[in-house]
Amino acid sequence: MSDHSQTIDGAVSSRSSARVVHHDTRVINLGDRLFYRLTQAFALIVILLAFLLVFDLFRGAWEAIQTFGLKFLVGTTWDPVKREFSTLPTIIGTLVKAFIALLLAVPISIGSAVFISFYIPKWLRPVISYPIELLAGVPSIVFGLWGLFVMVPVIRSLQIWLKANFGWFFLFNGPAVYGVGVLSGSVILAIMIIPIITAISRDILLTVPRPQIEGMLALGATKWEAIWKVALPYARVGLFGAVILGLGRAIGETMAVTMVGGNSFDLIHSLFDPVHSMASQIASEFTEATYSLYVSSLIYVGLVLFGITIIISLCAQFLIWRLSKGHVAVFE
Amino acid sequence: MVTQRNAAERRHYQFRRATEQLAGVGMVLCAAVTVFFLLMILGYVVYHGASAIDWQFLTALPLPPGEPGGGIANALVGSVLVVACAILIAMPVGLGAAIFVNEFPSARLGRVVRFMAEVLTGVPSIVVGLFAYALVVRPMGSFSGLSGSIAYAFIMVPIILITSHEAFRLVPPSLREASLALGVPKWRTILGVVLPVSRKALLTGAVLAFSRALGEAAPMLFTAFGNPFWNLNLGKPIATVPMLIYTYATGPYDDWHRKAWAASFVLMIVVLVTSVMTRAFLRGQSDE
Repeated sequence: MSDHSQTIDGAVSSRSSARVVHHDTRVINLGDRLFYRLTQAFALIVILLAFLLVFDLFRGAWEAIQTFGLKFLVGTTWDPVKREFSTLPTIIGTLVKAFIALLLAVPISIGSAVFISFYIPKWLRPVISYPIELLAGVPSIVFGLWGLFVMVPVIRSLQIWLKANFGWFFLFNGPAVYGVGVLSGSVILAIMIIPIITAISRDILLTVPRPQIEGMLALGATKWEAIWKVALPYARVGLFGAVILGLGRAIGETMAVTMVGGNSFDLIHSLFDPVHSMASQIASEFTEATYSLYVSSLIYVGLVLFGITIIISLCAQFLIWRLSKGHVAVFE
Repeated sequence: MVTQRNAAERRHYQFRRATEQLAGVGMVLCAAVTVFFLLMILGYVVYHGASAIDWQFLTALPLPPGEPGGGIANALVGSVLVVACAILIAMPVGLGAAIFVNEFPSARLGRVVRFMAEVLTGVPSIVVGLFAYALVVRPMGSFSGLSGSIAYAFIMVPIILITSHEAFRLVPPSLREASLALGVPKWRTILGVVLPVSRKALLTGAVLAFSRALGEAAPMLFTAFGNPFWNLNLGKPIATVPMLIYTYATGPYDDWHRKAWAASFVLMIVVLVTSVMTRAFLRGQSDE
């Protein structure tokens, strides 16, 4: 009300009106400043959490780092009784399982993504891609349960058959056929990362400009030639990012691998050997670790796992960001 | 001469046509394999799980090992409790940081935070468990539901941050400008215009984080741990559904295995419902 009268008063009260406005802006600024600080604090918490994570892992692993140093990464003894720990076989087991999983998953995922993006009419896309997204949401523990009771018996009979017919080949020459082991772990990982790689690849393939493909078709290329020579090369950086992201997931995956991987500490020689991955070793031994060096060594394993996944994740982010740079800039 | 060239051309043409058809078949096969695995997993969980679920399973406490009967009521309640507590911790942090990232775009910190969130989504859940162990369990001296909540919250924050940021991006700048032009301060514009406009997408993000955390067993192994009895005290070990599935699936009893399938069925229903809900929300959002 008083504001209104001041406006009508016009020039006479211009000084007091200016004062009122000035007062108001200051209040607004205060609110805005407080709000800015508040949200900034939350943003800082996110950064802090990341640093705290690294710090805590280092602190937890410090005893083992001091005792074993970098030899931890290249030795092959894991002996809680003799208090000697080093983890090369686990690292190898993890990487081998993840790479076999990629080998199985990448062609199927990219094939599925191409199928969804180019081979079916637009209205049909959700019908195929929605179930795949759903598969990505299935908890890891359910994959593990399914793997343990449904997949492992199938793999076991496959192993028996392979050993009988191709036993001369060193990969199929395991000492025993348990079902659980490298092969089972790899297959379950592949099933788990297929939906992830497929979903990202599809999004990336859908960004390929249609005129490029149509131009190729107009020149007389077949659909496959247009995809192979135009769409896939155009999207290659993003697709590579998707694959790397899948790799990161496969390396860090815990529960399913713990349940079907066999969890043995020895170096692997064939596809049938049971083996730990880093995550499954932590999962299965942590609550049984009875003294602090043992716990510390397991946290050291966690630190190594964290380091590997972070490097992979950074690579993936970098690739996907580089691809989407123009796209993101439009929004900002 | 001419016929020879024609023959070569024809061969080339036939080769291209064969590749085309082969590729088509290959693509169909790839998609079929993917969908096949989904159906296999869904089918087995429904087949084994649905038959093992009854009223007792949902409302009774577990019986001693090997004794058939009993249920998983404590784990159901425990899971919801731990995850709900986690979302109470994660929501303000994720949402607040997302507001900062989107509404104060001049700050370089914002871009760093967003990037950090992307990287944090790649941290293995078992490492998050170790982190919560070192941060909470060791100083407190015992496993506790609270440490589980903190582990889950750590998983949720980047998910909430990213989904909320994407939601804020979709709010038309004209709405903000209209509010600012009316003299509404920026912070009230954000709280009174930006948040309500994007509420569905925000809720979707929260639901997504909720369902993601609910199925995670790895961070619970050495935080919430598990508990065969009733417990609503977050300071003590507490049972959660994914941990229970792990214990039961790797145990020696048939009855336990049946219960593991049934508990998986419950988890899958939650995942399915939240996923359908999310989709419905997002569709409503784009219709508006």
